[in-house]
Amino acid sequence: MQLTKIIEAMELEVLTSVTEDREVLGGYTGDLLSWVMGRAESEMLWITIMTNVNILAVASLRDLPAVLIAEAAELDEAVIAKAKEQEITLLRSPKSAYALCVELGKLLA
Amino acid sequence: MACFYDFHIHSCLSPCAENEMTPATIAGMAALNGLRMAALTDHNSCGNLPAFFEACRAYGVLPVAGIEVESAEAVHIVCLFPRIELAMAFWKNTVRPALPSIRNKPAIFGDQQFMNADDEVIGEEPILLINSTSLTLDEVADAARRAGGVPFPAHVDRPSNGLIEILGGVPPEPGFVCVEFNDSANIPALREAHPALSSLITLTNSDAHRLESIYDAVNALPIGDPEEEDDVLLERLFACLCGQK
Repeated sequence: MQLTKIIEAMELEVLTSVTEDREVLGGYTGDLLSWVMGRAESEMLWITIMTNVNILAVASLRDLPAVLIAEAAELDEAVIAKAKEQEITLLRSPKSAYALCVELGKLLA
Repeated sequence: MACFYDFHIHSCLSPCAENEMTPATIAGMAALNGLRMAALTDHNSCGNLPAFFEACRAYGVLPVAGIEVESAEAVHIVCLFPRIELAMAFWKNTVRPALPSIRNKPAIFGDQQFMNADDEVIGEEPILLINSTSLTLDEVADAARRAGGVPFPAHVDRPSNGLIEILGGVPPEPGFVCVEFNDSANIPALREAHPALSSLITLTNSDAHRLESIYDAVNALPIGDPEEEDDVLLERLFACLCGQK
């Protein structure tokens, strides 16, 4: 499913912009960056509560279509600015990572 | 005069540190700031310690060998060693084999430069250093002690990679004797929230990734007169960090 369709269906807040409407084939959830770095695949939407600037490096390294911040976790303006600069799509939702995974799973089923 | 210190400083080997953080520049800055002792603690590597030691000796700063290890839980642990050889052996035998073999992408993470004491780049670390090792918190602490070092949790007053933020408290199992704060203003509140911190020796270090972040002469340890010989101070420092009077 295209990223923009997922954003609409899951009512996600777009913190940056969608520079490329990538196809999303699955998801990955986790907050330990080293695990994500070693395991997330490039068609996966990454769902996390981690908001440290290093999430951008991980998203970039794994070429992820977007990072979805769960539980409406607060992000520094600097992180959002850097994401825009690096053209990484940052999304956010008040729902928990579990709830978001369930929703995404249903959409992609 | 007191023995002022900063025991948590990153060189240009750490990808997140500025390239201006050469071992020689850090040593010079430490001297200018009035520090008697300084430790180089790069992420999961001791590769710039030889240059740092040479430069510190030239500037009259007591160099302390260190490394900042990231545990499997993503907790940062600074390990200090009384001799550079011990730190180098810990890095090569314990930390490096436990690091995943993901290559660094300098454009994303930054350069990982090995330097000599004359500010020349002598190599580049290909494996990404800011990553978790496969060693648990307890394993890092045990291994560091067995290698002759002193491990302590880094910047417990910070959310990212701090012990308290990640594990929700101060577990007794790793047997830490010391704890590091980034900002001494945070000590009282955090001690109240986590009484276990009160029994630990408190260090306040900069975790500097850029030159201006290296601390001035504000934090000192009661290990004697700064005019004493390096060897004498080093011995007292490690006795102090091990909790001996």
